[in-house]
Amino acid sequence: MEETVTLESGKKRTQIADVDRSRYDFRYDDSQAEKLDAGLTPDIVREISERKDEPEWMLEHRLHSLEVYHGMQMSDWGPSIDGLDMDHIVTYVKPPTEQQSDWDSVPDNVKDTFDRLGIPEAERSYLAGVGAQYDSELVYHSMQENAAKLGIVYSGIEEALHGEYAGLIREKFMTLIPPTDHRFAALHGAVWSGGSFVYVPRGAKLDHPLQSYFRLNAKGAGQFEHTLIIVEDDASLHFIEGCSAPKYNVANLHAGAVELFVGKRAHLRYSTIENWSKNMYNLNTKRCRCEEEGEIEWISGSFGSHVGYLYPMSILAGCKARASFTGITFAGRGQNLDTGCKMVLAAPETSASVDTKGISKDGGIQTFRSSVVATPSAQGSRCTVSCQSLMLDDRSRSDTIPAMDIRCKNVDIGHEATIGRIGDDKIFYLMSRGVSEEEARTMIVNGFAEPISKELPLEYAVEMNNLIKLEMEGAIG
Amino acid sequence: MDNMLLICRGLCASAGEKAILHDVDFEMRSGEAHVLMGPNGAGKSTFGHVIMGDPAFQVTGGSIVFDGIDIVGLSTDKRSKAGLFLSFQAPVEIPGVPLRSFLRAMVDAHGLKMKNKEFKGRIKELSAELDMNPAYLDRELGVGFSGGEKKKVEMLQLLLLRPKLAILDETDSGLDVDALSVVSRGMELYRQECGGTLLVITHNTRILERLTVDRAHVMVAGHIVDEGPASLIDEIDAQGFERYETAGLAIEGK
Repeated sequence: MEETVTLESGKKRTQIADVDRSRYDFRYDDSQAEKLDAGLTPDIVREISERKDEPEWMLEHRLHSLEVYHGMQMSDWGPSIDGLDMDHIVTYVKPPTEQQSDWDSVPDNVKDTFDRLGIPEAERSYLAGVGAQYDSELVYHSMQENAAKLGIVYSGIEEALHGEYAGLIREKFMTLIPPTDHRFAALHGAVWSGGSFVYVPRGAKLDHPLQSYFRLNAKGAGQFEHTLIIVEDDASLHFIEGCSAPKYNVANLHAGAVELFVGKRAHLRYSTIENWSKNMYNLNTKRCRCEEEGEIEWISGSFGSHVGYLYPMSILAGCKARASFTGITFAGRGQNLDTGCKMVLAAPETSASVDTKGISKDGGIQTFRSSVVATPSAQGSRCTVSCQSLMLDDRSRSDTIPAMDIRCKNVDIGHEATIGRIGDDKIFYLMSRGVSEEEARTMIVNGFAEPISKELPLEYAVEMNNLIKLEMEGAIG
Repeated sequence: MDNMLLICRGLCASAGEKAILHDVDFEMRSGEAHVLMGPNGAGKSTFGHVIMGDPAFQVTGGSIVFDGIDIVGLSTDKRSKAGLFLSFQAPVEIPGVPLRSFLRAMVDAHGLKMKNKEFKGRIKELSAELDMNPAYLDRELGVGFSGGEKKKVEMLQLLLLRPKLAILDETDSGLDVDALSVVSRGMELYRQECGGTLLVITHNTRILERLTVDRAHVMVAGHIVDEGPASLIDEIDAQGFERYETAGLAIEGK
């Protein structure tokens, strides 16, 4: 185990103004939406279930989860969530439409939202399928014919609960993330709504990604979508998840759950660009289980949210299973983003790698937190963790909290971390070539993020660069 | 005072509390080639950096007039756009930024209306002239470049931007014979093709062999202690800086 901390000294500091988020920060009147009362009671849970016409076992699951929720304390670590008053979060907001399979049938406001976010355009140019959720329900779901021909299923999870895979969903649902796991997992189990179900049959390989986009429009609401993806043996999938919301002056909550099952020799890439507004509490849980020689690749960009807790977990359950996590977190003014990942090496000869970048600016707090567990059956496994942080001014903060729990001999676990600043010599060099100070800083930060952005599909890499540019705008020389 | 491109009068500069340049007078006419010599630690590089506006140094007195404007209050990027160029002794590394993108950003910042095709053609041509492997263009700026490669990239930027005044700060340091000849070729091209004005900062004279120098300046302990025609270079080559250093110490002691 090796730890190095590098600090570049710097004398000159720059003021960076607040950012223009107009591309994401627009909202529509939510008076047409049906909202359930705020708060958490068995009646509200029953009503959600009834509206969805769910099987009985799901209602029982919800009620059980609610009990677990009320009996559980909030964890005693991580950023404060005192600003989140659960009695005032509206857990269910139904958009004024049923789920559609062509954009023209989606109401104008909602369609316009996704147009502005570029979703239909992305669908036309390179996606094999799209799901779009607005507040608590999916408003659009569609998949291309060639994917359907491969036997791939991509639909709303609630719809799937009534279909051919209902039994499979019951078998898997909240088994990776049980309600007892933590308080917001229990909350999710009680009030979850919307989300996608993907089933990729044995040997099927999809060339183009599927994408689900989650938009939370309603003020003071929560979004609790559930994503369940099953990639059978020898199959392959790239799934993209995007999310954003307009900014309100009251807290919004996102407590989604993502459960991924990767079969033998199967491959799944799960990419996320998270850009919630800065009043959002993003308390999201993501887990993946990989069987023999299966592989999960996480690509994760966290830009939004007021407070974020996000640590996607990979459970390498089969011999020679592999996991990689490539992530970037950018915490600006008023943001406290606690992100990282968990790797569980639970079988022989598994391998995992973690490569993250963290950026803090304008008083933002960015914490990298990781957990690597090697169980007694992990002989011959290896894991490398590398995290680099960049602090853009004196008011910002970056922390690295790596944890390792090694219960096995003959494993190779490594960790390295660096925390630095943008060297004034670099700014001076770039400016001596005519580049403005703001552009110089943006160039350096984009370069720092490049190892992550190059893993994204081109369109998302461009979006990520634009997000960084937005965050860096307004520098005064 | 015809064609005066750079005039420093009584220029004083410091790094924090530490005064480095003392009362420096310095003049260059447009189209000339000058050399600034002096022993290690004399303040020569500081002089180049101060003219370029490095925030690591503060101007505590005097003026710098470039092309008729006092530039002391101008930010570094504006000085660059006004036609100043500094080739760094130790060019920085910017991970994740391909050299090609950096060159493009530089050209755009200068408002050189260059279409992509023209830009590509130009950097390809310059790479060939400077004996630089075009594969470098897609590598991260400075990362893993040898000393010689870094200096070639500096010359490439110089020839791409065609500034009015180029200050080459110890561009020759640590270069092997081949790299040195490439740098010399770069200087020649700049002089011939761009009619460029050149200030070469160095403490050895090898790089000057292929350059016609109009005037030489000697700096010791932050003072200009001598200046004269190109023949001064040969004198220094023969005698070293010793006689000035004694004088410089005397000035320091005042």
